[in-house]
Amino acid sequence: MNRQRLRGLVRKEFLQILRDPSAIAIAFVLPVFLLLLFGYGVSLDAHHVPLAVVVDQPTAQTSNFIGGLQQSDFFDPRHYPTIGAARTALMQRQVTGIVWLRGDFSRDMLAGKTAPVAVWVDGVDANNANILLGYLQGMWQNWLQLQADQAGQPLAIPVVAESRIWFNPALRSRDFLVPGLIAVIMTLIGALLTALVVAREWERGTMEALMASPVTMGEILLGKLVPYFVLGMGGMLLSVAMAVWLFAVPLVGSFWLLLACSALFLLVALGMGLLISTLAKNQFVAAQVAVIVTFLPAFILSGFIFDIHSMPAVVQFLTHIVAARYYVAILQTLFLAGNVWPVVLTNSAALALMALIFFGIARRKSRKRLD
Amino acid sequence: MEAPALVLDAVHKRFRQGKQAVEAIKGLSVQVQSGRITGLLGPDGAGKTTLMRLAAALLLPDAGAVRVLGHDSRHEAAAIQRDIGYMPQRFGLYEDLSVQENLALYADLQGLDATQRAARFDELLRLTALGPFGKRRAGDLSGGMKQKLGLACALLRAPRLLLLDEPTVGVDPISRRELWSIIKAMRAQGVTVLVSTAYLDEAELCDDIVLLHRGELLAQQSPEAFYAPLVGHCYSVRHPALRRRQLQEVLRSRAGVVDALVQADGVRVVLQGKQPLAQVGEDWQPVPPRFEDAFVSLLATDGESVAQAGAGVDATPVLQGNAQGIRPAAVSLDLRLRGNDGGEQGTAPVIEVHELRRFFGSFEAVKSVEFSVQRGEVFGLLGANGAGKSTTFRMLCGLLPASSGTLRVAGMDLRTARAAARARIGYVSQRFSLYGNLSVAQNLAFFASAYGLGGARRKARLDWAQREFELTAYLDAGAAELPLGFKQRLALACALMHEPSILFLDEPTSGVDPLARREFWQRINHLAESGVTVMITTHFMDEAEYCDHLVLMSLGEILAFGSPQEIRARVKTAAMPDPSMEDAFIGLIQAHEAQTRRAA
Repeated sequence: MNRQRLRGLVRKEFLQILRDPSAIAIAFVLPVFLLLLFGYGVSLDAHHVPLAVVVDQPTAQTSNFIGGLQQSDFFDPRHYPTIGAARTALMQRQVTGIVWLRGDFSRDMLAGKTAPVAVWVDGVDANNANILLGYLQGMWQNWLQLQADQAGQPLAIPVVAESRIWFNPALRSRDFLVPGLIAVIMTLIGALLTALVVAREWERGTMEALMASPVTMGEILLGKLVPYFVLGMGGMLLSVAMAVWLFAVPLVGSFWLLLACSALFLLVALGMGLLISTLAKNQFVAAQVAVIVTFLPAFILSGFIFDIHSMPAVVQFLTHIVAARYYVAILQTLFLAGNVWPVVLTNSAALALMALIFFGIARRKSRKRLD
Repeated sequence: MEAPALVLDAVHKRFRQGKQAVEAIKGLSVQVQSGRITGLLGPDGAGKTTLMRLAAALLLPDAGAVRVLGHDSRHEAAAIQRDIGYMPQRFGLYEDLSVQENLALYADLQGLDATQRAARFDELLRLTALGPFGKRRAGDLSGGMKQKLGLACALLRAPRLLLLDEPTVGVDPISRRELWSIIKAMRAQGVTVLVSTAYLDEAELCDDIVLLHRGELLAQQSPEAFYAPLVGHCYSVRHPALRRRQLQEVLRSRAGVVDALVQADGVRVVLQGKQPLAQVGEDWQPVPPRFEDAFVSLLATDGESVAQAGAGVDATPVLQGNAQGIRPAAVSLDLRLRGNDGGEQGTAPVIEVHELRRFFGSFEAVKSVEFSVQRGEVFGLLGANGAGKSTTFRMLCGLLPASSGTLRVAGMDLRTARAAARARIGYVSQRFSLYGNLSVAQNLAFFASAYGLGGARRKARLDWAQREFELTAYLDAGAAELPLGFKQRLALACALMHEPSILFLDEPTSGVDPLARREFWQRINHLAESGVTVMITTHFMDEAEYCDHLVLMSLGEILAFGSPQEIRARVKTAAMPDPSMEDAFIGLIQAHEAQTRRAA
């Protein structure tokens, strides 16, 4: 390894990054865009859900119950005179659900029978519908409990579920989306950008001239690794800073541990990028391959948005070869739960193994030859 | 005598191309002597680039051995790459980096320390005249300057062996001369040079020539030894009445003629025998042979039968591959018809350009250009790299709007009736816009549809294209796999599908070997004789001789307009009584650039 040659290659790479608008777009603009989008735009929480409320016979009990709905942050109750009108509103998607307190609500309740509350939920978005149902049920139970307490009677429900939410008590989806997004951003810089710039050298014929010089293949590879490692860590620090300061995501675990794990994941991503570039020698193919085998899995199969445990068994099995899966687990643990060593260590071990495999193959595949 | 710098010993090299294995080098044994300039020549697909890459240890031989400066390429690639300078065909300059930064990168890669570096940069920047452009990005340099910078990068550490793969392709004559003076300066410093080229005049600047054909060695000797057997076989023919292109057609179809080429005021002819085949009215003057004559006579016949070097000249009918292209009968019929017209073209101009300007931002790429082209003319647009000829050309084809001025093509104003004008023109771009993964027949059918041909006319034109360009045998072949010469034919057939009255050709012969170029020009001449107006740009000065009129552009202006004879006459001096087209080109442009610089 010759220091002067390596320095020359690294300096060239940095100059190219600074002068190439597309590299800057992928390395800086896209991450910021994704962070803003996921931080502000995408939310998996139910907030102020429009809800139609139909009360057949207003009584003290019904207004008490509706008052509870109104006070909740989750709902935005609207009154409809008849169930027919409410249904029309649901059809037209003006409301997401209907709560119908029938005429016998107060009478049955006071008689100690189960007071019937009818609930309709728009099931087009299944995820949202489930959340909405859960909230409504919880809310209903709380209200019943309150009524029973006031009446000095024990509640007639034999088992009461007492739920507690750990790690993300506020249930803000942003708190787990934004850390997970760091994995996507580092994949973007590590794998996609690296694969593209190496393919560009083949396309423009610069690789042939490099290879005919005394430079070694190890130096060429390292000359690509160093700049994009720096760039990837920069992207990661930017994301962490935006997460903590802009989106107020708590960082419970150690920052230094986060840094170390990120470096490890970045090596895996760079290894994938180099491997792709040894196989795909034009930018179009390199971009296609990088997006399909690195970027999309990091988005979909890493547990960043979609829970891995609720995937079909085959797909769950597949996620084991997605490097981002291990990194997302580390990220979400470090941000929300803290330094949970068993999680961090097992996932880091998986990442280290993948890094070794990818670099091993990339080094073997890249010879200083044109055929 | 010093040991040879490069030795190939019974080398074989195969490549996979789709399902087939192609043997690029077939048992080649060659030695390149130290301290000399060795030219590597041969038609397309001869194996020139493969040989260069083998010498740079970027490819390893399948069989046999390659020894470079005493090192075996299989085991000592690193030692070889330390001592050579290699300039690939598309040299890998980093376009985002400035001239200085490119040089600094290669200085680092070749291990130049800080003290050597300053002196070497100075020397190379002076040699290449790139000094004033140190801060300019490589991507903003002209084609010729890029090549010079690529050469400078390969020369940073004074290599012992310099490998140059077609360094002058797409480069204007001035830059070519500059590149060659650098190459000669390297020889003077004791560097061994191996240079491949498609320009046959450059071969005469070499000490030794390696002539390859289909991966085999045809001959290796000095350029003089190549053409020595042809002394007495070469003549310059003039005719008082016939135009030069017509005379060329007449002579080409005469039995016993190996090659006929328009040159200077007449037609240059190479004969099988030594006796002039003069007919009434013709004036035959003996001329000395040159390398090109030998190249054509060696390669025009099938490679195998002429392997015994110069003997081939007297053997077997030569140029048979070319002669099929045009039916002599049709040509002579055409000539007779024209003879009745008095041999002159119609007088109404087909292309009229008046005060044409084009700005890119504040930069004026084309400055108030004016000319007109008559029907049935071959009209050339010449200029150095960056002279504005490509911009002018694109405006004429309606691909680029003019900033101001009037442009009439086929009687229509391009600013108002662009679509109508386009229906009257055919266009062949530099890279032959063909669909590589469609077959020849599919390409033809697509272009017929694109031009809206249907029914009987469509069938007639498709038949015509297959017949005229002899594509029948290749109909099912993929366009990407065709030999370059056939790609060119197919591109021409597609551009002519709708019987345009004007044909635009943008550097159609760049990178095409001399034999394919001859055939191509034969077709162009034939088209022009049948009344099609041909507008062409080229870097080959010998091709400028085929034009009836040409304009010479420099820095966005027209320097000269006229027939080749008139333009050559403008630089005629006592010291240079018989200037070539290239002399005229260089003389006029240099004078103009100097004048512009003085004025600035």
